[in-house]
Amino acid sequence: MQLSDNWRPSATLATLKQRAALFRAVRDFFSQRDVLEVDTPLLSRFGVTDLHLGNLTTELQAFPKLPFFLQTSPEYAMKRLVAAHQTSIYQLGKVFRDDLVGRHHNPEFTMLEWYRVGFTMTQLIDEVIALLQLTLGSLPVTQLSYQQAFLQALQLDPLTATVAEIKANLSQHSHVAELSAREDDRDTLLQLAMSVIIEPSFCPKSITVINDFPASQAALAQLCRHDSRVAKRFEVYVGGIELANGYQELTDASQQQQRFEHDNVLRQQHQKPERMADFRLIAALESGFPECAGVALGFDRLLMLQSKKDDIAQVLPFAISCA
Amino acid sequence: MANYSTNEFKAGLKIMQDGEPCNILENEVVKPGKGQAFNRVRIRKLISGKVVEKTFKSGDSVEGADVIDMDLAYLYNDGEFWHFMNNETFEQLAADAKAVGDMTKWLVEQDVCTLTLWNGNPIAVTPPNFVELEIVETDPGLKGDTAGTGGKPATLSTGAVVRVPLFVQTGEVVKVDTRSGEYVSRVQK
Repeated sequence: MQLSDNWRPSATLATLKQRAALFRAVRDFFSQRDVLEVDTPLLSRFGVTDLHLGNLTTELQAFPKLPFFLQTSPEYAMKRLVAAHQTSIYQLGKVFRDDLVGRHHNPEFTMLEWYRVGFTMTQLIDEVIALLQLTLGSLPVTQLSYQQAFLQALQLDPLTATVAEIKANLSQHSHVAELSAREDDRDTLLQLAMSVIIEPSFCPKSITVINDFPASQAALAQLCRHDSRVAKRFEVYVGGIELANGYQELTDASQQQQRFEHDNVLRQQHQKPERMADFRLIAALESGFPECAGVALGFDRLLMLQSKKDDIAQVLPFAISCA
Repeated sequence: MANYSTNEFKAGLKIMQDGEPCNILENEVVKPGKGQAFNRVRIRKLISGKVVEKTFKSGDSVEGADVIDMDLAYLYNDGEFWHFMNNETFEQLAADAKAVGDMTKWLVEQDVCTLTLWNGNPIAVTPPNFVELEIVETDPGLKGDTAGTGGKPATLSTGAVVRVPLFVQTGEVVKVDTRSGEYVSRVQK
């Protein structure tokens, strides 16, 4: 029998020590701010309805014929805790996404997610920046609205441009020209521009915050009261690497229900399996969900930036290729 | 030819783009936490040699290209075609000037070259990394000079021109790296 030499860890001991130190730093950060650590189930009856997120599913002997889902984020369970206890919480743990593998993607990864009761989106953005500056050093910060980012990089207004105008604009960029010519979905075109043109242009050694995403990409964020074309959703990048995604959380149960249903319509159109909406989350929102802001941050990517590694495998004890 | 999903993309995969067989050089997945995933690829067009960047929606599929590499020994040039032979089956293949391109200057009889075939037809010829060729013309150099100075141009039997050290003379055989076109050493006859 030939023994595989593929048993060795993908991270060095020095990096594992840095990983442990970063775990401690994150826990200290929240402990000083009186945010409670929680560990919600990774295995749940409910998956996620989001068109672009893939749940891993499994079965349990105890509940035959019922699918169970490995969580892509602890969001739903954490929000049920927030609804029940009206208190700020954080979770530092594994999540699973049935995604491709790449330099920034491992199907099992560590997510830092937190919810701040009574916080506005702006206050939460400040807290994310404080955590990044604590762990990565005092990087300069640029904050732009989604609209400003598009206007700066492409001279294109993502809120008013027609699909034809977006396509015409992207056709000037050779590496996306063909895809944008055959793609007619507005959000896909905007995401293409964001992921492939705008994000790579962000200043390498600085923090970039993008806020006020189009309402069609609101996910679980509230719409802006003064401009319903946009949602109180933000993303935080260091250089071109997406690190965190957060919201002024949607508190309205019926709107949340409608978004789940709309997600499932999109899933049908794309021949993807529908996902049952998490009625426990809906019930929790109905019971009285406090105004709060929440954010999810990729812990392994934070460690990549801190330890200056360019492949996520280098910061994981065992990447999926040797898991 | 089969179609490939972007999930199967990796360096070395041969796909059709713009009517031309292409080799994927690099594949990178770009997946926002919320939203559509994309594959950014760098590909080399195997006929024009151009390297271009393209983006695909993850999950899209593209037509594969029937491209294979074969190791064949170079036989001769009849003025129009360069003839190669499979040393095991003795089957012969002819490549035209377009496929051989400027690699013609590195073709040595009996040397085993890699022929890239698209739908069975040669589209590119890659000579061995090192070939040995005789110098047919170079200026007489000074005795006692050592390698490391600027050197001098030398014309080889195939017409290739390489820079050689001053002490290397017409009639000598030299070893050349075909990837860089640089002189490596003299060869004892």
